[in-house]
Amino acid sequence: MQLLLQVLFIALTAASVLLFYRRIKVISQLISMGATPLPNDQPGKRWANVLLLALGQKKMFSKPLVAVMHLIIYAGFIIINLEVAEIVLDGITGHHRLFLPLLGDLYTWLIRIFELLAAGVLLVCIVFLLRRNVIHIQRLAHGDLKGWPASDANYILIAEIILMSLFLTMNAADQQLQQTGDPHYPATGEFWVSGLIVPLLQGMSTDTLIWVERLCWWLHILGIFAFLNYLPHSKHLHILLAFPNAYYTSLDKTGKFINMPAVQQEVLYAMQPELTPANATPPDHFGAKDISGLPQKSLLDAFSCTECGRCTAACPANQTGKLLSPRRIMMATRDRMEEMGVQIQAKGKWEADGKNLLHDYITVEELRACTTCMACVEECPVGISPLNIITELRRSLIMEESNAPQEWNGAFSNIENNFAPWKFAPDARAAWTKEI
Amino acid sequence: MAITVKTMSDFAAAGTSPEILFWVGCAGSFDQRAQKVTKAFATILDKAGISWAILGKEEACTGDPARRAGNEFLFQMMAYQNIQVLNGYGIKKIVTTCPHCFNTLKNEYPELGGNYEVVHHTQLLQELIDGGKIKLEGGGSFQGKKITYHDSCYLGRANEVYEAPRKVLEALDAELVEMKRCRKNGLCCGAGGGQMFKEEEKGTNRVNFERTDEALATGANYIAAACPFCHTMLTDGVKNKEQENAVQVLDVAELVALQLVGSPTSENK
Repeated sequence: MQLLLQVLFIALTAASVLLFYRRIKVISQLISMGATPLPNDQPGKRWANVLLLALGQKKMFSKPLVAVMHLIIYAGFIIINLEVAEIVLDGITGHHRLFLPLLGDLYTWLIRIFELLAAGVLLVCIVFLLRRNVIHIQRLAHGDLKGWPASDANYILIAEIILMSLFLTMNAADQQLQQTGDPHYPATGEFWVSGLIVPLLQGMSTDTLIWVERLCWWLHILGIFAFLNYLPHSKHLHILLAFPNAYYTSLDKTGKFINMPAVQQEVLYAMQPELTPANATPPDHFGAKDISGLPQKSLLDAFSCTECGRCTAACPANQTGKLLSPRRIMMATRDRMEEMGVQIQAKGKWEADGKNLLHDYITVEELRACTTCMACVEECPVGISPLNIITELRRSLIMEESNAPQEWNGAFSNIENNFAPWKFAPDARAAWTKEI
Repeated sequence: MAITVKTMSDFAAAGTSPEILFWVGCAGSFDQRAQKVTKAFATILDKAGISWAILGKEEACTGDPARRAGNEFLFQMMAYQNIQVLNGYGIKKIVTTCPHCFNTLKNEYPELGGNYEVVHHTQLLQELIDGGKIKLEGGGSFQGKKITYHDSCYLGRANEVYEAPRKVLEALDAELVEMKRCRKNGLCCGAGGGQMFKEEEKGTNRVNFERTDEALATGANYIAAACPFCHTMLTDGVKNKEQENAVQVLDVAELVALQLVGSPTSENK
């Protein structure tokens, strides 16, 4: 029986890791469909961003209360994983509390800390559920999140609460079983949090306790495997991708827009035809109509977004009732990639489906409302730029479709002919000097 | 007192070059309200005894609104022309009263071959005040008055220039009051990204009205701007709220010019 369980456990572990790996492969395939590769210059500064933004959560702390609560879940997630390592090894080897004889007293202290974190995570998840569903915090009750995104957020919080409860109940049953003197349950010393649950288990028979302990153990680890494979389909992928996203985030001043070397070269050849090489070919596209026209960083951005809505809450267009929501720009980009991913997984490659990110997922009205004020970029705790996507789509609209409001066409022609966006005679540019 | 404004070609003809090029920008050159800011800043430059010049007819739009609207071709054309002119004169240092020109010249021209030291006029004003090159009248007309400063996106978030304009305003002896959203959280005036040149998209409020409400809520007598577009948007907002008699929208340079006393350099002339 024991051996059978071990084999079953190993099979389940392998299956969940394999499934996870396959999903990550699709995501990385999707990201690599982007136009410009991920930047890799100045690694020192990039690692500093990983430390500050991702690990240090620097930008989260502009909202200190939420930041502390988020930190508890985040620390809980990372640190409790050490305990998960033991659980996995126990499952494979058939041991119980494999690390206890190795660590002795330290083991007891570690579990005590894990339990405190687990209780913290549990409490914060309840508060976060209340913020979303009872208090209706504006950015979390926003129209962007109608349907699946709102459920996604709730599922994760509920899953965390269940996982933490299972972990604590398991430890409580284990402590009760230690009292029986069975050598399979070595004494660990008292745990503080699960110790509070122990009285609830008093009066249970040893057999029942063994069942409770095993059931919690299995449900907890199976829950983690399920979580692992739910993660890459969910907004919660940010717990992994926040790190690479912080690494690849722009190191330039926020005001510097991404250059288009192909256009720069076209203009150079137009101005100095003698420089044009014989084999020069004009670029085949301008800006982004679909995923393949966006920088790879923008695609990583879309997978890293956890839909917190700080960007949208700071967006002047959204705050004055315009259709634009920077968060929705990120969600629409990911939705488009998810759709492509389904096809890639089925057919092994991507074939055009007659749809595009531009128009089919993101409308002209949204793009036109952006003031390029960079509030969204400034706000994002993990270094996402919704503005880069807006700009690339605007470029496609203007340069491929000549789709601009009448007033913009007027301004463009004034800049071209009169060297100013207004229709003034260029000769009058210094007229003010006569009046001073 | 009349000021003679020299162009780069005047300097070149005399075989000399000025310390600094004043990039006036399209708004500063043509927009009637922004022209006043240009003149105020020119007066300050003159008082400070700095040798400066403009490009005059050789200046052209940096291409900022074109690039942000998505017209990269037009942006690259303007950048090419301007860089040819600037490099032709061997320009080292540029000051501009427009944060959009400032951002484009400073951050976007270098990778296209245009490398200059670029400062915004609020930074230069701070430098001039700190260095005693210009002096402000103490106990002047701003005493007991409140000024609120509106952060321009392309000066603030884009380039992290938050303190220079505030330091200049503090030197005016007025009380500096902050709006609810300021510095890196500053709310846009609604003009960036080409919005200045088109009608706003459909919504429940105009961005400039929203921002003006916030500025008026501070109870300030003056709204200080550091960008010609913000200036226009906030002025329109104040008019819409029919507060133009109670509150004035002025550029930081105009506020300084109002308090300017003859500096030692100009007295020696």
